[in-house]
Amino acid sequence: MSQAAATSAVSTDPSRRARLAEFWYYFSENRGAVIGLVFFLFLVLLAIFAPIIAPHDPTAQYRDAVLIPPVWQEGGRAEFLLGTDAVGRDMLSRLIYGTQFSLFVGVIVTTLSLVGGIFVGVIAGYFRGWVDTVIMRVMDIILAFPSLLLALVLVAVLGPGLTNAMIAIALVFQPHFVRLTRAAVMSEKSRDYVIAAKVAGAGHGRLMFKTILPNCMAPLIVQATLSFSSAILDAAALGFLGMGAQPPTPEWGTMLAEAREFIQSKWWVVTLPGVAILVTVLAINLMGDGLRDALDPKLKRS
Amino acid sequence: MALLEIENLVVEFQTATGPFRAVDGVSMKVHEKEVLAIVGESGSGKSVSMLAAMGLLPWTANVTADKLTFNGRDLLGMSSSERKKIIGKDISMIFQEPVASLNPCFTVGFQIEEVLRIHLGLDKAQRRKRAIELFEAVGIPDPAERLGHYPHQMSGGQCQRVMIAIAIACNPKLLIADEPTTALDVTIQKQILDLLMRLQAEHGMGLIMITHNMGVVAETADRVVVQYKGRKMEEADVLSLFESPKSNYTRALLAALPDNATGDRLPTISELFVDEPSLQGAAR
Amino acid sequence: MFRFLLGRLAVLIPTFIGVSIIAFSFIRMLPGDPVALLSGERVMSPERHAEISHALGFDRPIVIQYFDYLLGVVQGDFGTSIVTKKPVIDQFFELFPATLELSLCAIIFAIVLGIPAGVIAAIKRGSFVDQTIMGTALVGFSMPIFWWGLLLIMLVSGILQWTPVSGRISLMYFFPPVTGFMLIDSLLSGQAGAFKSAVSHLILPTIVLGTIPLAVIARQTRSAMLEVLSEDYVRTARAKGLSTFRVVGVHALRNAMIPVITTIGLQVGVMLAGAILTETIFSWPGIGKWMVDSVFRRDYAVIQGGLLVIAGIIMLVNLAVDLLYGLINPRIRH
Repeated sequence: MSQAAATSAVSTDPSRRARLAEFWYYFSENRGAVIGLVFFLFLVLLAIFAPIIAPHDPTAQYRDAVLIPPVWQEGGRAEFLLGTDAVGRDMLSRLIYGTQFSLFVGVIVTTLSLVGGIFVGVIAGYFRGWVDTVIMRVMDIILAFPSLLLALVLVAVLGPGLTNAMIAIALVFQPHFVRLTRAAVMSEKSRDYVIAAKVAGAGHGRLMFKTILPNCMAPLIVQATLSFSSAILDAAALGFLGMGAQPPTPEWGTMLAEAREFIQSKWWVVTLPGVAILVTVLAINLMGDGLRDALDPKLKRS
Repeated sequence: MALLEIENLVVEFQTATGPFRAVDGVSMKVHEKEVLAIVGESGSGKSVSMLAAMGLLPWTANVTADKLTFNGRDLLGMSSSERKKIIGKDISMIFQEPVASLNPCFTVGFQIEEVLRIHLGLDKAQRRKRAIELFEAVGIPDPAERLGHYPHQMSGGQCQRVMIAIAIACNPKLLIADEPTTALDVTIQKQILDLLMRLQAEHGMGLIMITHNMGVVAETADRVVVQYKGRKMEEADVLSLFESPKSNYTRALLAALPDNATGDRLPTISELFVDEPSLQGAAR
Repeated sequence: MFRFLLGRLAVLIPTFIGVSIIAFSFIRMLPGDPVALLSGERVMSPERHAEISHALGFDRPIVIQYFDYLLGVVQGDFGTSIVTKKPVIDQFFELFPATLELSLCAIIFAIVLGIPAGVIAAIKRGSFVDQTIMGTALVGFSMPIFWWGLLLIMLVSGILQWTPVSGRISLMYFFPPVTGFMLIDSLLSGQAGAFKSAVSHLILPTIVLGTIPLAVIARQTRSAMLEVLSEDYVRTARAKGLSTFRVVGVHALRNAMIPVITTIGLQVGVMLAGAILTETIFSWPGIGKWMVDSVFRRDYAVIQGGLLVIAGIIMLVNLAVDLLYGLINPRIRH
């Protein structure tokens, strides 16, 4: 027993470094994933340095410059590179600041979903019995509703706004993380290293979170990237429906809600925010695919 | 003329760490009605050579040979539609994991009758009759009822019998058996081997027996090819091989057998044999 | 098989009860006075308030209220709309066929394009075709569908003028609904051009609603096929000398479909969520738009009843998918 403890203490550091290196080797093979990662980092920089990069204040309305087309079209002006919206706000600045909101939503929702889902899932998978049954029934109940509808109704209860939208979306994502964690915990629970730790005297809490959980992380990481992108899409959808971020917040979905009436005439108000959502979500999904391929042992070729 | 002629077969796989030669210049011949055993450790390339002959390797494999013919016809240069007329009909193959080798979504009856329909063109009634005959020939009890069973409802031994039935359905000239008994219980192993030998004698088939078990070799083979790391180490008739092996590797293989044990410890191949390609010489 | 069904139903009932509890509690969680919300009268004298409270049963213990509610639900009473004063269940059946027609078209679109795409991508793994198909699927999967709808309307209806912008059929046609399915009813009506109009109105919404399921199905089919193609029994099928078409289309596909069927079933739930957005954009008079409008109109009876009915439908669909799965996978059947 002491031998096992000694070897595990020694092997953690170099093995983790080796695993990281191996992971990076497989991840970097996937060109799409690397492109996604680069673009994502670009977005993060954009979000952090928005106040410096954006040419205008995103909520500033220029009454004399309403619905100006982008600079390359006739009527465009150099000070508004991507044109202006219905109340004269600069599109480029709004898109840049929108990055902050989208990334913020992604981070908060993913964190909430992970923390809640992992905690509940570990308990369900570890204790089994009636605790497990009750938890899984509650998850089934949440899953019985279409996700957007449930989020919509929750926001109606809590009141419209970005914060409530994030809480609602995180709740809707719970069952996916709970199920995943529970399945992973159940399959790891009967493995030798867990039994060894139990015999050595580890209590429930330590067993659940320090022994078993670290070995279940791979599918959770992949699911987390999927949640990140879904959260952005769902928050934008709620914003589009008027239940998410409220105007004048420069959230991309909210911007699209205000743009509906301009489909026939002012294409840039409609097209650009959607493109922003698309490329952001695409970058994250590319990374997620790369992560999954790199972490999934079955797909490894050597 | 030999049934299957292989000369200087090379099979290379594309892997993440560069090309890998699973088979490195192997040559052999199999004649009609003869039983050839290909023996070697895991990784010796014995299965790969046969899979290459059948055209069953994945796209990552690069197969080249000076000669690869069956009944005088060139297997390598053949178009895939031509090859599909021969495979399953004149040459057939059975594999190591019988339950996994059968499609879980279809009954065993469907899986055997399909070969009868496509290669022999039999109609529904003829197919059923022949399927029952084949099941009887391989020793499956209640054949008519079994036809409607799914692979997961049958034992490993029975599934292997089904595989054999499928393999002999069109009276092939050559049957390749890739470790057919390795995954089965010891008691069933003997039954399956006896079945194979009986069928081989009855139908006058050529039989290639791929195995890592020298006991199986002794029981079944007329001639033996010994492979190691993709190369042919020795080829001889079975008696000569056991009595006076020419290659050092063969000697090491035989010495590692429990039956030949002398002293307290069973030696390992690596203790008895050092691979020196330059000294071993070209395969013949 | 029967035991399998029974087992699934046993799980379904507590779940449905849980769903009904949520729908029931929902009104009581809203800010504001439930009595005022349900009756629609905002300013009331205390006597009027007590009168309505008693009529609605709010003065009884909450557990009794819940059972009354459940009893009503079992008998088909899902409440009455505050706005239209019609029973919720009646309104639901009026509007459901529109959503059903759209959803069916969308899922057929997704399956007919998605499965072959996934199979081709799997067979030609790593090739340009594979990467293109999977790349397109990824883009479709990453798109906000409300924006996709707006974009298509802008391009196809606006610039190209190939399809109409909203509604189920051109306003110049009117006939009483027989089945509720515009495609069938327009044919039955015998009016010239009605069917064509119905079809042209369906095209864009179908594409928009079906895009995400299409992407998901294509990806799932590809990964299921890749797994199946490396299985031993596929090698056996090849060793039998069967044509590639048969090996892939019969032997491999049958096995690959097993996980894909589950995915398709899950997509139904996703589509009901997507219908909310699609119907809003195309002014499609279905239950998705109905729910959104009700949330904005604060028609809480509709929201409560609608949630329950929709959840019930999803649970039934999941049950059907489970049954189908049991039928297709012989290991469960025997």
